[in-house]
Amino acid sequence: MAAKTPSIRALSRYLLRPQTSLHSCCQHRTQRKPYSAAAGARLNGTVEYDTTSLLHHTSRSALANPELPADVRKGQTKRINLYTAVNEALRHALQTDERVLVFGEDIQFGGVFRCTMNLAADFGTERVFNTPLSEQGLVGFAIGAASEGMRPVAEIQFADYVFPAFDQIVNEAAKYRYRSGTTGVHCGGLVIRMPTGVVGHGALYHSQSPEALFAHTPGLRVVIPRSPTQAKGLLLSAIRTNDPVIFMEPKVLYRAAVEQVPVDAYHLPLDKAEVLKTGKDVTIVSYGTPLYTCSASIEAAEKDFGCSAELIDLRTIYPWDRETVLKSVKKTGRAIVVHESMMNAGVGAEVAATIQERAFLRLEAPVKRVTGWATHTGLIFEKFIIPDVTRVYDAIKKTIDY
Amino acid sequence: MSLRQGTRRIRINKAWEPSRCLSGSQTPRIPFGWQECRSVASTASAERVLFPGALNSKFTNTLKFLRPSANEAISTYRVMDQSGAVIDKEAGVDTEDEEALELYRNMVCLSIMDLLMFEAQRQGRLSFYMVSAGEEGISIGSASVLSPADVVFCQYRETGVYMQRGFTLDQFMNQLFANSKDIGLGRNMPVHYGSSELNIHTISSTLATQIPHAAGAAYALKLQNQQQPEVPPRITVCYFGEGAASEGDFHAALNIAATRQVPAIFICRNNGYAISTPTSDQYRGDGIASRGAGYGMDTLRVDGNDIFAVRRATKEARRLALENGGKPVLIEMMAYRVGHHSTSDDSFAYRQKVEVEDWKRRDNPLTRLRKWLESRNIWDEAKERELRSRLRKEILVAFDKAEKEKKPGIKHAFEGVWEDITEEQKMHIEELTDILQRYPKEYDIEQHEGGLASLLELVKTDKK
Ligand SMILES: Cc1ncc(C[n+]2csc(CCOP(=O)(O)OP(=O)(O)O)c2C)c(N)n1
Ligand SMILES: [Mg+2]
Repeated sequence: MAAKTPSIRALSRYLLRPQTSLHSCCQHRTQRKPYSAAAGARLNGTVEYDTTSLLHHTSRSALANPELPADVRKGQTKRINLYTAVNEALRHALQTDERVLVFGEDIQFGGVFRCTMNLAADFGTERVFNTPLSEQGLVGFAIGAASEGMRPVAEIQFADYVFPAFDQIVNEAAKYRYRSGTTGVHCGGLVIRMPTGVVGHGALYHSQSPEALFAHTPGLRVVIPRSPTQAKGLLLSAIRTNDPVIFMEPKVLYRAAVEQVPVDAYHLPLDKAEVLKTGKDVTIVSYGTPLYTCSASIEAAEKDFGCSAELIDLRTIYPWDRETVLKSVKKTGRAIVVHESMMNAGVGAEVAATIQERAFLRLEAPVKRVTGWATHTGLIFEKFIIPDVTRVYDAIKKTIDY
Repeated sequence: MSLRQGTRRIRINKAWEPSRCLSGSQTPRIPFGWQECRSVASTASAERVLFPGALNSKFTNTLKFLRPSANEAISTYRVMDQSGAVIDKEAGVDTEDEEALELYRNMVCLSIMDLLMFEAQRQGRLSFYMVSAGEEGISIGSASVLSPADVVFCQYRETGVYMQRGFTLDQFMNQLFANSKDIGLGRNMPVHYGSSELNIHTISSTLATQIPHAAGAAYALKLQNQQQPEVPPRITVCYFGEGAASEGDFHAALNIAATRQVPAIFICRNNGYAISTPTSDQYRGDGIASRGAGYGMDTLRVDGNDIFAVRRATKEARRLALENGGKPVLIEMMAYRVGHHSTSDDSFAYRQKVEVEDWKRRDNPLTRLRKWLESRNIWDEAKERELRSRLRKEILVAFDKAEKEKKPGIKHAFEGVWEDITEEQKMHIEELTDILQRYPKEYDIEQHEGGLASLLELVKTDKK
């Protein structure tokens, strides 16, 4: 910025007078709480990343994860946030497989969310590089590189900006293997990473979660990690699988979600949902950021009306693990699906329809969807549009009382 | 020669005869479509070949690839030098003193507002901001020579266009604070202004999408200009960054604008950076101006630090854009992005502080105009101080007022998605209303104009 003249300093002082309303800081450096809850709130604003049971606050809990290979469970852990976990996965992939490339807009200096920090310096700009500002161009480029045997990890700066590449993803990446028939050519190894979801002040174009659009496309895998540990293991699997993967990173978690993560490399399954908490009365299915909302709601609900809720992280949005969800719902008899993106034709619709088809006689209440409303994410209205602790809490109550 | 078989040669002057090749709506200067020229014969002695795709190409037996890097770079038009001295005294600056003073006042106002709002964002008073530092001359200068009726499409770093066209400080502040008086109803991120009164479409964060819109809107204006000869003709003007010019939409827009010969000026602000990406990673040709030739467009590169050059270039481009019913013009305005990309960015993570300091010292649209004003003895330090202090006060008054306003009514979260509220939305509104009523302590609805009544009214009035 221009150097401050003394008069500007005086103005700064003027501006520094105590004020009532404090918005969260800035778009890329997301804060702990995406927005400040109402002063008298008891439910909203109770997501505490420091203590949530969804994150591993100790090394021991991190290494107890049964999905980790035995040698990793004997190793060390390190406390890192989600963008560092992404960085570590990319670093490991670049180190161990020379076919891996990392590119996208502004990634050379570390990316606007710092996920690719130091990778260009350490692996060279042949393999880690800035692309011109064109999503359709860079995704098409990635598909071409993958089709000739590389494993490109392309970054879209925000999920909101993936749409210029939609044709490349839906008509090209997703259909490459199928249309190639016996030529055997495909674009497996391709991963398209993108930050997704709301942060409190992203408005129309820095808030969207377009996973349902990709889940409507055969041939793609759609993955959304909830935590640093998950991000590292799922991203490594995404790079290793021979299917193209849409890898959506909840951007509010980049800094907010901090936990103990195994130092060694490991792969997490791309076809398994995970039961995060067992319960008897209701199954809550979600993924990404809203899992933290659900967890806080469950805590309040269990305390307030003595119910017991099971929480499931889908992790892979498509193809998804029906078995784990159905098994849980057959046990609890009730289900709630929670996601940020809007209800109509959303992931919740598919989950609810599947439950209705395959567990109808076990249901004690209609499957409830707690999702974004049928509107865009207007800047000042986000807190009314995106599911919060109150709405999930109320859904638990209503579903149990049904 | 192998070409001979499949190709019909003609004498080039014949091909250009309107009676043979041009459809009625086209003027003789407009290249014609290949279909209409298929039947044109050529003679054995012709020196040019009439391939349908390249109608005026000479034969050559020299094997020589075009090597753009070997060409001299496209030159940069300027009117005054860096010390504010006019280069061609005869041509002058084409600006009255009073007009120049107004431009200067607006540039200063913009730069003060930028500093204040950047600082205010740092203090958590608003969620986001973007400054125009280094590009004030481009936005204010170009806007100053347009007709108020011309239709404008912006990217986001053209606050000066709004200011020059008459967007008030109150309107800026209401948008930045997303309050109940915001024209955009609190829906958009800060700096995504819009104004139908000023004929500026509302900004979308999605880069380059506005460029084809500008082409289409210009086509609408072209037809309307024809249909309403009594109304002064209008053009569209479209602003975008050199980074955005890498998007497919840019290329698609210029191409369709050229084929439909629309009255539009495409103004690229080439400020050297797209967030962290320097132009060396963005393109390898001679800037954005070099693309104009590819689309058959009149093109000019301009020194964006020279507001008189910006004005004259834009004025002439407007004249060209309306020539013969319309044609697109491309202008590349050169600048240096002095500020960080936005409040979310720390540019010293990818560029040296000295680079910025050097640029600021070397050249700047404000100091250049100030030097010129001082050379004409119509500006001095006392006037400067008086202006700055007055503007600061005005901005702070608007700031204070806007910050105290209520937030927009919650109904605006749902309205405007479709023309009318849908049945599905009604269900959603009812569900939300029910939550807000049963959990009043969880939400600050009273901050919003009308509180809960705003939502209820929506469901009620719609039911009628
Ligand atoms: C389609 C799309 N992709 C990416 C972005 C993220 N983004 C916002 S501004 C920007 C850089 C734009 O640079 P430029 O066009 O040169 O304009 P400047 O900021 O320099 O004025 C990027 C990559 C976006 N807004 N839209
Ligand atoms: Mg730029």
